[in-house]
Amino acid sequence: MQLRFSAEDEAFRAEVRAWLERQLDGEFRDLRGRGGPGREHEAVDERRAWERALGAAGWIGLGWPAAAGGRGAPLLRQVIFHEEYARARAPGRQGHIGEYLLAPTIAALGTPAQQQRFLPPIARGEQLWCQGYSEPGAGSDLAGVATRAELVGHTWRVTGQKIWTSHAHLADWCFVLCRTSAGARRHEGLSYLLVPMRQDGITVRPIRQLTGTSEFCEVFFDGARTPADHVVGAVGDGWKVAMATLSFERGASTLGQQISFAAELDAIIHAARHNGADRDPQIRQRIADAWIGLRVMRWNALRVLGHGERGELPREALGGKLYWSTWHRRLGELAMEVLGGEAEIIAAAPYALTPLQETFLFSRADTIYAGSSEIQKNIIAARALGLPRGPT
Amino acid sequence: MRFGFTEEQDELRRSVRRILDGAGGVAAARRTMAAGDGHDTVLWRQLARELGLAGLVIPERHGGAGLGWVELVGVMEELGRTLACVPFLSTVGLATATILAAGTEEQQQAILPALARGEVTAALAWLEIGGDPDPAAVTTTARPAPGGHVLLAGKKRFVVDGHSADLLLVVARAPGTSGADGLAVYEVPAGADGVRRHRLPTMDATRALAEVVLADVRVPAASRLGDGGWPAIARALARGRVALAAEQVGGAQRCLDLGVDYAKVRHQFGRPIGSFQAIQHTLAELFVQVESARSAAYYAGWAAAHATADEADEAAAVAAAYCGDAYFHCAAETIQVHGGIGFTWEHDAHLYFKRARASRTLLGTPAFHREDVARRLGLGVADDGADDGAPSTGLGTGPATAPGVA
Ligand SMILES: Cc1cc2nc3c(=O)[nH]c(=O)nc-3n(C[C@H](O)[C@H](O)[C@H](O)COP(=O)(O)OP(=O)(O)OC[C@H]3O[C@@H](n4cnc5c(N)ncnc54)[C@H](O)[C@@H]3O)c2cc1C
Repeated sequence: MQLRFSAEDEAFRAEVRAWLERQLDGEFRDLRGRGGPGREHEAVDERRAWERALGAAGWIGLGWPAAAGGRGAPLLRQVIFHEEYARARAPGRQGHIGEYLLAPTIAALGTPAQQQRFLPPIARGEQLWCQGYSEPGAGSDLAGVATRAELVGHTWRVTGQKIWTSHAHLADWCFVLCRTSAGARRHEGLSYLLVPMRQDGITVRPIRQLTGTSEFCEVFFDGARTPADHVVGAVGDGWKVAMATLSFERGASTLGQQISFAAELDAIIHAARHNGADRDPQIRQRIADAWIGLRVMRWNALRVLGHGERGELPREALGGKLYWSTWHRRLGELAMEVLGGEAEIIAAAPYALTPLQETFLFSRADTIYAGSSEIQKNIIAARALGLPRGPT
Repeated sequence: MRFGFTEEQDELRRSVRRILDGAGGVAAARRTMAAGDGHDTVLWRQLARELGLAGLVIPERHGGAGLGWVELVGVMEELGRTLACVPFLSTVGLATATILAAGTEEQQQAILPALARGEVTAALAWLEIGGDPDPAAVTTTARPAPGGHVLLAGKKRFVVDGHSADLLLVVARAPGTSGADGLAVYEVPAGADGVRRHRLPTMDATRALAEVVLADVRVPAASRLGDGGWPAIARALARGRVALAAEQVGGAQRCLDLGVDYAKVRHQFGRPIGSFQAIQHTLAELFVQVESARSAAYYAGWAAAHATADEADEAAAVAAAYCGDAYFHCAAETIQVHGGIGFTWEHDAHLYFKRARASRTLLGTPAFHREDVARRLGLGVADDGADDGAPSTGLGTGPATAPGVA
């Protein structure tokens, strides 16, 4: 058992830290702490420039193979990058869906031509992507997607509706799971298309979230076009590709996010000491419990990292999403308890929230997106525990 | 970065498991329960002498194996899995830890070799009436007596294996002191004049707790282990909590396994109960808790062996709080998953449930450990208003790297 980072890893950490400090004290000094969950509307253009700066410095695609324009960095290094990113309070990413979801999918299952066409602009921070999975009738039960695509000559024509599509209003491209043939069973006949967002056949309507801001949108496809070869994997094999993407969703970034959770907990501890809430033994217990939960989250992450670079994540990693999302949601509730009556007062009318209010409100989404808590438990029951399938 | 065990460590664990399973697993614990003496002496001889577990964490220069808390965590996990009735936690996890933390080199040289050989067992006599783990609750006194002696007087309770240990390590305070001041630990042969002890009847019959009455027991002043005071004892307790946490992981895993296995074979409404989502979700939550408890215990074991004293103590508190809650929850839910059969004496679920309950109060409750953590975070102490940016998660925005990351 060896739970220290190596000198080489520490040197890498120092390099990341120095770069972030230089940028965030210099050209991008107004971006610290901007654009995180619940504040995606902030500094949109400046953050787009930030994406390009990240790309130019080679920080995007750290973990991709060199052939795909990355640095082939092991998981540990990727986590170090995320930790330092959070520690520096660097701005909320706009490019994460392309970098962490689409790119690994293309690297694994795309054609060489697709890899050459799509990976470099993502690595340069120039192209933003959104994920077109969920529909009004297909959420947890993703195989129920009804959006259709039809090949007309050399062009796909896409018709249907997606919903809850994060960053659709900013994105240049969307990866769309849609039905391309009837298929005997629901998981068959689906395809994974890459569709440019800025075209006549697409209408994007931002949806106001309970935070008052709009991070996700409705996306209407009305004969939207994309070339015939913009399909990842075989036509009709989209389910497999879509699942591959989901498996990337719990990668390095979630392992590194305890650092930003820690900053939130620090703020709560600070508030409790100042307003005297910590004199209440119940509050003390709950704060300590949150802190214990965060430490254990870190050790869970170290355990996954310390598993080595043997491809598949270990079995215990299956519990990661359920653990952190539940913890974070409880943290938001604790923040409100600590603040007492003042918890109610927002930063400014009409609806500007304080950071802890954002934690409280936005964390309600954590247990819904990327596989709800109930779905996580279904997955654990089936894959980690081998329990028999339920009635369907 | 490597979180796993080495091949030698795995082999040690496998050897422990082989011996425990060879003895019949939980059936061995049931035999000991029925016999009523609280010890499986045959099993202990195998583990302590043949496998050398008695000297596991004792340095080689004192006749031990010279291994550490990483190995001990693996052993405790196995002992917890079968509820083995052996004085390992008492002799190794608590008493040896105390001698190592508090004793001088000469004292260690004098005491440890016999412990390492498994010839002598030892128990830490620390808690008193009510079992309050706060050092202020120690009322047993150590009065100076003529001829370079001290007289120990008081009543100890909840002494793990205290009814049978050959050697008692008694925590006592100098007359007129209070709080954590004036505390020390004394080495007392169990047969000394004035020592009266008996096993307490307990709900969890798999772990023996004793009451030890000290009626002016006369021991040489030199039997006081070192002069480290309460901090040395606290350090030893932190080690003991890591050991207990690992035992809790082993028990919790067994509860989950029992639940999962049963859910696959028990049919109701024409299908296995493990296909019902309510059961699946219960077990999925246990899975997350068991794995997280394991991360905590392993990390705390690593920290005990390799990190700074503060990191190690803090990790012990975290593991103690988390594993104490997790084990109880797993044991309780496994009864629920089993239905009526889980409520019987015959089924093992209640043995784990009771062990889990007892373990929650053995070395401080989870609430006590949370309060300890809160204190480390600077909570509940008067805020002087100065924004010192003081104790925080250490993971946050400050320049310091996180523990384990340094
Ligand atoms: C902030 C946010 C951002 C998002 N971004 C995107 C995005 O970029 N792209 C995208 O495609 N989607 C996105 N989503 C959508 C998200 O993936 C879905 O909300 C999620 O899959 C749940 O689907 P649903 O909303 O239809 O809820 P439903 O599936 O209808 O679920 C409703 C409730 O039923 C429960 N439930 C459903 N099925 C089961 C079952 N089998 N067993 C037990 N309980 C069940 C759920 O857990 C939930 O509690 C986002 C969602 C949020 C909140």
